[in-house]
Amino acid sequence: MIESYRQAVIDISYFVSALLFIYGLKRLSSPATARSGNQIAGLAMIIALVATFISPEINWSAANILIILVALVGGAAFGTYLARTVKMTAMPQMVALFNGMGGATAALVSVSEFTRFQHLFGAVSNSESLSVVVGTTIGAISFSGSMIAVGKLQEVISGRPIRFPMLQPLNLLLLIGIIALWVGAIAFNTGAWSVWLLFALALILGVTVVLPIGGADMPVVIAVLNSMTGLAAAAAGFVLHNQILIVAGALVGASGSLLTVLMSRAMNRSLANVMFGAFGSATTTVGSAEAGEAKPIRETTADDAAVAMAYANEVIIVPGYGLAVAQAQHQIRELSEELEKRGVTVKYAIHPVAGRMPGHMNVLLAEANVPYDELFEMEQINDEFERSDIALVVGANDVVNPAARSDTSSPIYGMPILNVDKAQTVIVLKRSMRPGFAGIENQLFHEPNTVMLFGDAKDSLTKLTTAVKES
Amino acid sequence: MNESVLLGAYVFVLAILLGLEVIGRVPSTLHTPLMSGTNAIHGIVLLGGIIVAGTADTPLLHILGFLAVFLGAGNVFGGFVVTDRMLEMFKKKPVEKR
Repeated sequence: MIESYRQAVIDISYFVSALLFIYGLKRLSSPATARSGNQIAGLAMIIALVATFISPEINWSAANILIILVALVGGAAFGTYLARTVKMTAMPQMVALFNGMGGATAALVSVSEFTRFQHLFGAVSNSESLSVVVGTTIGAISFSGSMIAVGKLQEVISGRPIRFPMLQPLNLLLLIGIIALWVGAIAFNTGAWSVWLLFALALILGVTVVLPIGGADMPVVIAVLNSMTGLAAAAAGFVLHNQILIVAGALVGASGSLLTVLMSRAMNRSLANVMFGAFGSATTTVGSAEAGEAKPIRETTADDAAVAMAYANEVIIVPGYGLAVAQAQHQIRELSEELEKRGVTVKYAIHPVAGRMPGHMNVLLAEANVPYDELFEMEQINDEFERSDIALVVGANDVVNPAARSDTSSPIYGMPILNVDKAQTVIVLKRSMRPGFAGIENQLFHEPNTVMLFGDAKDSLTKLTTAVKES
Repeated sequence: MNESVLLGAYVFVLAILLGLEVIGRVPSTLHTPLMSGTNAIHGIVLLGGIIVAGTADTPLLHILGFLAVFLGAGNVFGGFVVTDRMLEMFKKKPVEKR
């Protein structure tokens, strides 16, 4: 009697949790409701977690209690600590790290269950073996791939595409090995060793697939891996016959792949191109840009630039990753406040891929208390550059390169860009003449209406602010 | 085919369709938080880790269970907290100073 009540409570909790996950995800996809959506999903997670604790299959021996509590509290403290202290600029790495942890969990769960079933029953059913090999493979690839992505974004590993001879044959060999192990485990009940070997091969494959992809494409890679971890969690749900894992995993698998498509569209990159092309190696093809370029660049001083801005009607600020690297979000807000005091209209133009991931720049500026309603998306503001006096480009490069509009031979041709060159004057704050992520020369810097202010973005902005105050 | 597997397959397919539907058209502003949020949701696999750790009866399974729970908990708690931190800053109106 008590047992059936207990099962009913668990089933109902999982059901409620599934509904809340769906509702939370729905709210997450709209700006006004996003925060509550995340909290609702968190609530769903807590309900499911509590329900699992009362489930009858768990054997509450002293050792098990100790292990679960220590791991749970330790993991939660570790994750929360990182989440609270991470700098907003390091967000892509953070997401990748958590994603890798989830992938590893899914793979470990699958492998463990296989080991246990075999121990208990001698053989494992076909459908369970299928779930196990899927969960193990996807989870392991997601884990090792995410770790490489973390390394690249953190610049522990070079962000340039890393290739080595025999890479393609190696990947093919790994793939064949993985398929052979799948067939073995499902059809011929090969032992636990085959699942462990599968785990190892999948780990290597994750590394060899992500290494040759350039750092600029890492966000798309993380989106793919995020979706894969969702599927791995769903596979673990099949192994454990647990519906909530299947529901939540499948939700993430699906929404993650949709998000991947949206993100690569925002970056104007096809997914296949990201995964197998080589954007970063385009550094060598700058020849075409150099051909037409003899025009000199014009340098300016902070004082001159400040006067121009102080007496302008409208200034459009175009922030890029360089701003984030220099941690200059707060300085740019001070500058814009100073300009606004003088009656200058200030707007921010946010390219979809400004920062390192779509939406990253919005997060960074929000952190610096830049009001949400001064931020404009590309489509909203692109026609306004013509009417603006000054476009202030801070640490952005490829997203303002006019070559994307006109030069068919450019690797970024066709990428939607901000039309800053239409502004009366373009002031570019830049550390040096080094090319951006895509490794391409930028004609904008050589245009007659462009002036360059070299230096660290933070320094330059502080100088500009002081100069605006004084002018 | 075993009934619970079949049921699982139904649930899986429907949840996939729902996942595609629910997201719809997300503005690029939200791509980063949304990715982080879904990233936290797949931390649900932590439950699997707890079941593994709770049914473990060999030293190997104890270790695997420990790792699974630790990593899963990191994914869940870290994921939700960091997403909340990001979304907290998305304010419609600026905070009035003075």
